[in-house]
Amino acid sequence: MRISGTFRELRTKKEGALIAYVCAGDGDTPGIVHALVRGGADIVELGLPFSDPVADGPTIQASIQRALDAGMNPDKYFAMVRNLDVDVPLVVMTYYNLIFKRGYCEKNGVDLIFLVAPTTEGSRLEDILKRGTGFLYLVSRLGVTGARADVALSTKEVLDRVKTDTPRAVGFGISSGKQAASVFKNGADGVIVGSAFVDIIASGRDVTGRLEALASELKSSMQ
Amino acid sequence: MNINQKGKFGRFGGQFVPEVLMPALEELEEAYERFRDNPDFKKELDYYLRDFAGRPSPLYHARRLSEKYGVKVYLKREDLLHGGAHKLNNTLGQALLAKYMGKRRLIAETGAGQHGTATAMVGANLGMTTEVYMGAEDTRRQRMNVYRMELMGTKVIPVTTGSQTLKDAINEALRDWVSNVENTHYLIGSVVGPHPYPTIVRDFQSVIGNEVRSQILEKEGRLPDSIIACTGGGSNAMGIFHPFVKDTGVKLFAVEAGGSGLKCTDKAALHSASLSVGEEGVLHGARTKILQDPYGQILESHSISAGLDYSGVGPELAYLAETGRVIPVNADDNEALAAFHELSRMEGIIPALESSHALAYLAKAADSGELGGIVVINVSGRGDKDLETVLEKGVQA
Repeated sequence: MRISGTFRELRTKKEGALIAYVCAGDGDTPGIVHALVRGGADIVELGLPFSDPVADGPTIQASIQRALDAGMNPDKYFAMVRNLDVDVPLVVMTYYNLIFKRGYCEKNGVDLIFLVAPTTEGSRLEDILKRGTGFLYLVSRLGVTGARADVALSTKEVLDRVKTDTPRAVGFGISSGKQAASVFKNGADGVIVGSAFVDIIASGRDVTGRLEALASELKSSMQ
Repeated sequence: MNINQKGKFGRFGGQFVPEVLMPALEELEEAYERFRDNPDFKKELDYYLRDFAGRPSPLYHARRLSEKYGVKVYLKREDLLHGGAHKLNNTLGQALLAKYMGKRRLIAETGAGQHGTATAMVGANLGMTTEVYMGAEDTRRQRMNVYRMELMGTKVIPVTTGSQTLKDAINEALRDWVSNVENTHYLIGSVVGPHPYPTIVRDFQSVIGNEVRSQILEKEGRLPDSIIACTGGGSNAMGIFHPFVKDTGVKLFAVEAGGSGLKCTDKAALHSASLSVGEEGVLHGARTKILQDPYGQILESHSISAGLDYSGVGPELAYLAETGRVIPVNADDNEALAAFHELSRMEGIIPALESSHALAYLAKAADSGELGGIVVINVSGRGDKDLETVLEKGVQA
C-alpha cells in the first residue's frame, strides 16, 4: 500500500523514484538508511543476507558476507526494521529459502515484487504483469548485480515492451545521475541502485556523507 | 503461474531461479522433448556411448566378496567407463543436446573434478569452448583433475567465494549462465538444479540401470533383491535406480556420506546426509532436502569423498525417499575407507571413495538379511584420483 502511494505522489510531482539497496548488517544500517533518506531515497530495499546469493555480483556478495560475519540473521533483521524510524517504504530483498524456511510472507503479510528480465516474454510476462504488486523490478540486462559504465540498450527495449499501470523501476548496473536521468527519460518510474551504495559502505570512508551525496545526485537527476 | 507446477516430484523440484534464466530453462526443456526421441540424436548418442565411452560396462560377479558376506554380489563397473566414472553418460548426452540446440559454449561446475573432466572430454571431442568452475579448495585437493581438464583444452576457473567447494562452484556457474545464456549451455553434473535438469540427467544416466536389468536377467534369470548406490547429488543412484522404481520387489538403498558423524556446528555439517537428516528448503533452483541452519542459511557439508560433499540432493530422490521407495542410509568416512581397502584387496578393483560408501553399506547390512540373496552395487568410479587422500589416512594392514 505504502509503495503504490509513494509512486502516485511522485507521478503527480513528475519525479522518478530513487530506490536504494543496501544489505542489512553491513555497517551501521540505521545510520546508513537515514543518510540515504536524507539524500532523497524514496524507497529503501534492505537486503536480508543469504549464504548463497546466486543473482548477485562480487560487490553485493561481499557485502552479504560481511553482514553474515557480523551476525545478521532474520530475527535481528525484522527486529531492526521494526525499530527503524524512517518515513519511506522499506522493501525486503532476499532469497527464497530464508522466506520458505520461516514462512515470513504468511506471517507478515508481505507483498511480492516480481522481476522482469530482458528475456521475459509471452505468457510468462503476462502472468507477471497480472500479479505484480507495489512495483515491477525491470532487470536492465543479462547478468548479476553490479555497477556498469553503460546501462544496456536493452533497458529501453524492456521499457518499451513492458506496458502496465504498475510502477516500473529499473535496476542492475545503474550507479550515476546521468544513467538514472536517461532511464527516467525513457519512461521508467524510478531506478534501483545497490552496488554503487555498497561500494561506499565497503570503503569505510565518510560513509554517511558520501551516501547522502550520491542519493542526492541520483534523485535530483530525476526531478 | 505454471512456474511452481513444472518438473515436480511430489512437492519437490520446480524452478526457483533468477528471472533471466526462465526462458533458457524453457528452451532447454523444449529442445530435450524435441530431440530425445529424434533418431539422429539417439543414433549419435549411442555411437558415442559405445565407441567413445566404452559402453556397455560389465556387470561383474564379485566372487570373493560374495563368499565373505553370504550374498551374491554383482558390481556395475562404471569405473571402467572412459574417464573413470559414470559422469560421461550425462556429459555426452547434454553436450550433444547443446550442439543440436546450436550452443557453442559449455560451462560446468565440478567438485572432485570428475564431472569437470567428463565435460572437458566431450568439449574437446565436439570442439566446443569449455569452462569449468571449481572451488579453489577443491583445485588444491584434486590437482591432477585440474591438469587433466587443462590438457583437454578446458579453462578451469577457481572459485574463491563462500566455502570454495562444490556449492560455490554451482553458484558461480549460475552467475556465468545468467550473463551468457544466449550462447552457453550450463552442463549440470548431477540430478540437481531447476527443472528440467533433474529429469534430463536422470534419463541420460539411466543407461546404467537399463544395462543392469538386461545383464542380471541374462545371468540370474531374475531381478536383484537390492541395489545399492552412493548418493551426493544422486546422479549415479538415480541412473541405476530409475529403471527399477516400478519393480517394488527390488530394494533401493541410497548411501549418503556420514562424514565424521551426523552432527552440525553453527556453520557446517560434519556429513553430507541431506536425504537422511536434511530439512526441506530451496537450493540451486529446486525444492529438496538440504543441510541448513534454523534460519535457512545453507550449511557447508563434509565428506572424505569430494564427490559426495554437497549440501543438497536431487529432488526426485527426496521424493522417492519420502514415499519409502528409496531407503536412505549412510556410511561414515572410516567405513568408506575400510570398504575402499577391502575391494582393492579382495577383488583387485580400486573403487572411488564415493563408490566406497555404497560398498561399505554391504558390510554394514549383509548380516541383517535386509539385502536379500542378490545385490547389485554401483561402482560409480575408480579410485585412482583418491590415492593421495587415502595415503594421508595411512594404508591399512
